[in-house]
Amino acid sequence: MIYEPSATAVVVFALFVAITLGLSFYLGRRARTASGYYAAGGGVPWFVNGVAFAGDYLSAASFLGICGMIAFFGYDGFLYSIGYLAGWVVALFVIAEPLKRLGRYTFADALDNKFGSRGIKLVAAVSTLAVSVFYLIPQMVGAGVLIKPLLGIPHWAGVVTVGVVVILIVATAGMTSTTYVQFLKGSLLLLFTGGLTILILQRGLKADPSPEAAAPQTVTVTADGQKLVNGKPHGKGEGQADLRPVGRVSKLPGGASETGPLGPVEFLATIQESEVVLWQEKTVTDKAGNTTTTYSPKPTTGADVLRPGESTLFQGLQGDQLAPKLNFLSLMLALFCGTASLPHILIRYYTVKDAAAARKSTVVGIAAIGCFYVLTLYMGLGAMTGGAIDPSNRNNAAPLLARSFGELPFALISAVAFTTVLGTVSGLIVAASGAVVHDVMTGYLKLDMNDTAKVRIGRLAAVAVGLVAIGLGIIFERMNVNYLVGWAFSIAASANLPALVMLLFWKRTTKQGIIASVFAGMVTSLGWILLSGDTFKDVYGLKPELSPVPFSQPGLVTIPLSFAVLVVVSLLTRPKT
Amino acid sequence: MAGFDHSHMPPAEVRDPVVERFNARLGLVLFAVYLAAYGAYVAVNAFWPRIMDSVPFLGINLAVSSGMGLIVGALVLAVLYAVVCRQPKGGGA
Repeated sequence: MIYEPSATAVVVFALFVAITLGLSFYLGRRARTASGYYAAGGGVPWFVNGVAFAGDYLSAASFLGICGMIAFFGYDGFLYSIGYLAGWVVALFVIAEPLKRLGRYTFADALDNKFGSRGIKLVAAVSTLAVSVFYLIPQMVGAGVLIKPLLGIPHWAGVVTVGVVVILIVATAGMTSTTYVQFLKGSLLLLFTGGLTILILQRGLKADPSPEAAAPQTVTVTADGQKLVNGKPHGKGEGQADLRPVGRVSKLPGGASETGPLGPVEFLATIQESEVVLWQEKTVTDKAGNTTTTYSPKPTTGADVLRPGESTLFQGLQGDQLAPKLNFLSLMLALFCGTASLPHILIRYYTVKDAAAARKSTVVGIAAIGCFYVLTLYMGLGAMTGGAIDPSNRNNAAPLLARSFGELPFALISAVAFTTVLGTVSGLIVAASGAVVHDVMTGYLKLDMNDTAKVRIGRLAAVAVGLVAIGLGIIFERMNVNYLVGWAFSIAASANLPALVMLLFWKRTTKQGIIASVFAGMVTSLGWILLSGDTFKDVYGLKPELSPVPFSQPGLVTIPLSFAVLVVVSLLTRPKT
Repeated sequence: MAGFDHSHMPPAEVRDPVVERFNARLGLVLFAVYLAAYGAYVAVNAFWPRIMDSVPFLGINLAVSSGMGLIVGALVLAVLYAVVCRQPKGGGA
């Protein structure tokens, strides 16, 4: 049985939630001004901010999505780790210090610093909301994924639980509580994933060549809604069946049965020389309306597992066709450019006192985030070979891996993963709330509001965005969270980065150029995603061949396009001297 | 816990255009170095993926070692930047 409610897990989980909420209510009494609510008064120490960067950035996509992708496909998931980390180079070397000097509460502040334009405020706010909503979806999906094995409750209940807790965090103390929740989460995430990696290395690798472990499994949903697993009714009682956990090594180098404890390099080198069983999924619907999903084992050499191109997402890399290669380039470009244009990351620069603190906190953030991404490879491969993963769900490999070491590791990893979702979702909701109140209501509509009103409406906006997030988290249950985050990065990189970079480095940039660039980047990237083959297949249920765009990831086209639009419009609208 | 009181923004920071220009140029140089490394990595994965199968040392293939190298390299450049960057007189964190 893969999912069993655990009393230890429930207690640890409840403890984490209580600490998080207690911290928020305590801080809530100390953040009553708009600067306190939206930017923590610019008084967060740089080290705390750096770890909070990690807490903000290392989302459900990083923790659940990447580990799951590595566990099911190997190296392809690690490509995301590399791209996500590389984006911080842009943030540190190009964006951090000037952004801190230009802005106050929101991303729009920086874009609008030189012009005082209502149009820039509006378009930047819309972009912030679009990116935040796209980023919220995978976080909420991840929340449901976590709660299911932890408490044994349905996906929707997990999403609602996270939504309510996050709304309470943000509505009580805004950026102040969000910062310290993210600091707590970033610290715990590094601590516990480091501990989990040590457990993986201590366990080493064990070969299991038994035919039972490699037997295919089926899940059938009949036309009348009954769920059968391996031909029996789904359940844990007599005469019922549940999916068997999978993930194992079928052959070790030299025919060994187990390795014993391994060092970090030795672990990777041993997998390189082993044979691992990956699992493939195929769904068919018969004429009677019964839908059967078959999970089949696929013995794969370690050398193939540790090279790019094993997943359906990147399998074209090993072929000769150009479109899959362009799709890959496009994704890696979006990851590189996206980090420094995510509104919930950018606003964290306003929580420290000056540019030097912004720089130092980014270095701390890169150290923390870099360490975590190195560990993702070990956690993913540990899940792939640890015999604990659910073949029907690619998002929960990390918690199930922890469960293979006992109830306490499972409880701690699940609880820290839950705070992972809380930290990121809190940051997103603060960013969205700031965009609504600071950019749209006071910046664009010119509503005259005092500090108290700004904070009150900010709290209401946080509740509204939280409710939207809950709804979307339920609707998109089966999407891979990592893949969904790729969309958010593409939109952010296309809409925000070109305008920000050109504002900083090209003196001829005009307000019309910025507005046109953000608008063009946002609309074209969003449009491309909605028309892509992946969306046709996974969202609309249509054949991907019907898609009018040649590859699914938009960044390779829409990021340069956004730059070009800014240059052309700025040249056409340059002031007469 | 006065350190948790974040109600008011700190005073405006001290600005020094010469220092800001130096730091910005340093940042762009380091950015160009990393961009070249990242670009090469992505291009090899996309167009010559077989190269990533080679096992140059320690039994780890080039895909894993170059990926790890990019992560560690980002941290090395970040620390270098933090060390070499100048501070405005009378300001800085």
